[in-house]
Amino acid sequence: MFTTKQKRVKYLDKYFSFIGFVFTSLGLIVLGALIFDVCSDGLNRLSWDFLTNFPSRKPEKAGIFSAWVGTVWIMTSTAIISIPLGIGSGIYLEEYAKKNRLNNFIEINIANLAGVPSIIYGILGLGLFVRAMHLERSVLAGGLTLALLILPIVILSTREAIKAVPSSIREASLALGATKWQTIRFQVLPAAVGNILTGIILALSRAIGETAPLLMLGALTYIPFLPKNPVTFSKQFPFMNISFQGFLDYFTVLPIQIFNWVSRPQKGFIDCAAAGIIVLLVITLLMNAIAIYFRYKNQKEW
Amino acid sequence: MFNEIKRKKILKFKEMMIERLLFLCSLLSVFTTGAIIFILFSESIGFFQIVSIKEFLTDTQWTPLFTKKHFGILPLFCGTLLTTLIATLVAVPIGLISAIYLSEYASKKMRSIIKPLLEILAAVPTVVYGYFALMFVTPLLKKVIPDLAGFNGLSAGIVMGIMIIPLVSSLSEDAMHSVPNGLREAAYALGSRKIQVAFKIVFPAALSGITAAIILAVSRAIGETMIVAIAAGQQPTLTLNPLVPVETITAFIVQVSLGDTPHGTIEYKTIFVCGLTLFILTFFLNAISYKLKHHFQNVYD
Repeated sequence: MFTTKQKRVKYLDKYFSFIGFVFTSLGLIVLGALIFDVCSDGLNRLSWDFLTNFPSRKPEKAGIFSAWVGTVWIMTSTAIISIPLGIGSGIYLEEYAKKNRLNNFIEINIANLAGVPSIIYGILGLGLFVRAMHLERSVLAGGLTLALLILPIVILSTREAIKAVPSSIREASLALGATKWQTIRFQVLPAAVGNILTGIILALSRAIGETAPLLMLGALTYIPFLPKNPVTFSKQFPFMNISFQGFLDYFTVLPIQIFNWVSRPQKGFIDCAAAGIIVLLVITLLMNAIAIYFRYKNQKEW
Repeated sequence: MFNEIKRKKILKFKEMMIERLLFLCSLLSVFTTGAIIFILFSESIGFFQIVSIKEFLTDTQWTPLFTKKHFGILPLFCGTLLTTLIATLVAVPIGLISAIYLSEYASKKMRSIIKPLLEILAAVPTVVYGYFALMFVTPLLKKVIPDLAGFNGLSAGIVMGIMIIPLVSSLSEDAMHSVPNGLREAAYALGSRKIQVAFKIVFPAALSGITAAIILAVSRAIGETMIVAIAAGQQPTLTLNPLVPVETITAFIVQVSLGDTPHGTIEYKTIFVCGLTLFILTFFLNAISYKLKHHFQNVYD
């Protein structure tokens, strides 16, 4: 015979599998509501003109041209700076670093940096890049700030990826007479590249949505111009000019443009914000989907 | 023969240079931490030469942008505490129950689908959440609570809670997942049901890992900026009433940086003092979380 307690436990068990499912879906339901709300506000504002117009005082004429071009600039500089440094650092810590105080200190440092609020990186960028290095509110200052922000993520995911490569591969390479760097360069990195890439995409998708650090730099919200094109063509020799002036130009990015519109009272600008959010969400979700796909594809059993 | 030796020497030299180069990459993170601490402290020292630490910690008003200036961090701290508390109240129950469900009840296939979906919640840009809190959650709550102000701590806190659910659920689930199966099997062998195993065996065994996850989520909520800057308002008031506008430490930093505050003034320095406060708060929470997590890993490795 079952006692009452046993019966109670039996019912609880049954209900929990239901309650657990409901609670787990709760977050997803909210995500659905968010997407629905944004689409219902902004979908009819979305048009080709919206993508090719500069911001304007009239909401019906406003667009995100300078914002998305700025986002491309910032992300390019962030990627150029953070990827080599992050992978290099990850390789060092996983393959070279001996267990000593200094390396232990570096490791704790990186773990700590991963938890520093993004707005503090903005203050760092303001003090270091904007003031001390006189980069002003340039693309370069923004790119450097975001690069430092995502560096810990790139380092940690590189380490995870390298750790997943079995040591038998290294030993085989070393046994054939390869040096340490040759082993890393031709065996370990190619085996880990898929997972490293996943980490980098996730880190960049985080950087795309960051608003606070760039606000701290004083990134202006009304930017009716683009950074100077890096490549211009001409009819005379050498037919093509390459200029890095754009990295020193002022910029705005999508999240800042959205923030600017959200903080205005007119209804028209709220719709602009919603339309901008749709663009930003599509980019971020797409990057995350690619990362998840890569991770799924790279689940190797060694 | 000679060439062979020369070639080996060059190779050795190259190896050494590469190692040094990679080492320099790693040192960059130490440099970053150093730069953060240096910048925050050097500007804060200037602030504390004008405002005493006692006034900063005990004054109940924060009005650096007014003509009659008060520099008491308490109202901002209170705003941060309130929104963080609400976020925690939302995220911890939902996150923990999700974690238990995913770890103990859900099938392997279901987990592989739901987990990445939940992680999307953490990937949504915070400015989007700010919009959602202001334009969707606040009007919705207003139907239930008519007294609710247009800017308030409640909806900002709730939305922040939604954002940190995956932090709680994912890390707790990892912790529960790494509890050795032997413990579960022993409990089942004694006639336990799944719910008893989940709550009385797995949950306590993973407790330090779960605590680490919660502390990390709290630290994330304290440092969160855009949601509160958009939806919670910009009035530093010493209150724990969730229905009225409040201002958090982070929202104040944004407010100052948006205005044209001249470099070197005391208003400008408040950015760094607030940043320092925020840095110290989150640093300690992260350190505790880090310690707990490592303690947990050592127990079962």
